[in-house]
Amino acid sequence: MQLANKAAVTGVGDTDYTRDAGGRSALSLQLEAALNAISDAGIRPQDIDGIVMPSPSSPVVAEELVTNLGIPDLRFSTGTPLGGAGPVAALQCAAAAVAAGICSHVLLSLGRTGRTGQKIGARIQQMPQFRIVGEFEAPSGALAPAQYYAPMARRHMEMFGTTSRQLAEIAVTTRQHAILNGNARMTTPLTVEDHQASRMIADPLRLYDCSLESDGAAAVIVSAADRACDLRQPRILLAGMAEGHPDSPSAITQRGDMTRLGLAKAAPRAFAMAGVTPADIDVAEIYDCFTYIVLCQLEDLGFCGKGEGGAFVEGGALGLHGRLPVNTHGGLLSQAHIAGMNHVVELVRQLRGEAGRAQVPDAEVGLVTGYGDLGDGTLAIMTRG
Amino acid sequence: MSQTTPSKPLPDPSPETRPYWDGLAEGRLMLQRCADCGSLRHYPQPMCAACNSMATNWVEASGEATVHSWTVAYHPFHAAFRAELPYVLVTADLPEGVRLLAQLRDATAEALRPGLKLRIGFEANEAGLTLPVLRLTGA
Repeated sequence: MQLANKAAVTGVGDTDYTRDAGGRSALSLQLEAALNAISDAGIRPQDIDGIVMPSPSSPVVAEELVTNLGIPDLRFSTGTPLGGAGPVAALQCAAAAVAAGICSHVLLSLGRTGRTGQKIGARIQQMPQFRIVGEFEAPSGALAPAQYYAPMARRHMEMFGTTSRQLAEIAVTTRQHAILNGNARMTTPLTVEDHQASRMIADPLRLYDCSLESDGAAAVIVSAADRACDLRQPRILLAGMAEGHPDSPSAITQRGDMTRLGLAKAAPRAFAMAGVTPADIDVAEIYDCFTYIVLCQLEDLGFCGKGEGGAFVEGGALGLHGRLPVNTHGGLLSQAHIAGMNHVVELVRQLRGEAGRAQVPDAEVGLVTGYGDLGDGTLAIMTRG
Repeated sequence: MSQTTPSKPLPDPSPETRPYWDGLAEGRLMLQRCADCGSLRHYPQPMCAACNSMATNWVEASGEATVHSWTVAYHPFHAAFRAELPYVLVTADLPEGVRLLAQLRDATAEALRPGLKLRIGFEANEAGLTLPVLRLTGA
């Protein structure tokens, strides 16, 4: 069975993205986003018969969604525990479930109180994916994602001459998009000089290379493509999907080539499934926990060669009128850190023509990626169908 | 909530990883070598990924290393490390074919370049845990 175009995204929803959700629970935020997505699709909560939780270690479990939404006959429930690669992995998982006829309308739900709840440095110490680095690296003082990922960026700089100012280009362009969005946490303009003056977090990553901690939720409905035709929204077909796992998935330190992510393995599979090439992509929502991770993924996706990412992002290339509009919502860097579920929502809005002031004209083919834990990669290519 | 400074993270060794930590306590960096196919591996794990044997020997590393990459920690992600900031974490290639992550001693990051020679040393922290550290050989 070929999965291409067997499933479609039929609904998207989100909450306000804030610094502080005023004490609301992650469950409350997720329910609001889920209802918005269900309403957007033009279905009823009772029509949901599948749930994929992209972050199953989050405080919310599928049963709570069933209980609150009043879902009478859930036929498929699972999770995709790939950290920030989870939401896009969940798209593939849901597509496979509806293509196989297990269920018809799958809810993907992610939301958290990342700002007012537990901070990332404390969260990851409890995650099984980080057990190896927790035993062998944390005692020496490598404790947080910024510290685990920074050596990848430094190696890239030493091997290819990539500069901090090139990383700044990504932060600056992403901020420009957030300012246009209307539901973004960071709305003041940012310059390369602001980036260069920002404090160092984990060299070479400065403050403005790092994503936000945010409160909020986003949700997506994936439906069987044939069931999507008569719903409220134009269907957005899932044309190509893949996940890829890096060498040495538990420790970046032991990875032969630490400038190559799991996405490098996934990308050729997804492009082949969709029958398109990087040159066909009109808009790309690239997981941006850190600026460097965007640059590395652009290479691993094939938009440029390995080592050419620094030059690729220069000169506003990732802007709305650049060669490849990227993170048109403001991303994790400037909209909110909703673990990339906000990237999925934004791509769907772009392909529907609903992206407001940040709309890429005539966007017909788009791409969204996820990046999680210590290098897991996922991508989905979507088309207006 | 308590305002006392939390202690540094300590490993919770499994039977498979305990020889590594016991070795460090004696000032020796021990690496696993597959008893069947001879492949060296690190970090410690029960199975050889090359031949799937679980028969394992331990061998002492030569103590030599070279710079592969690094970061400098500035932000206090963990209160127990705040007093040491900034500290340099070096990813080092060992001639045995595996890598080591350890703090740099007696130099700053400005001195680092990929391929520079390092020497592995050992230091006990305030919790009594012995960890590897790295120094440039100056050669």
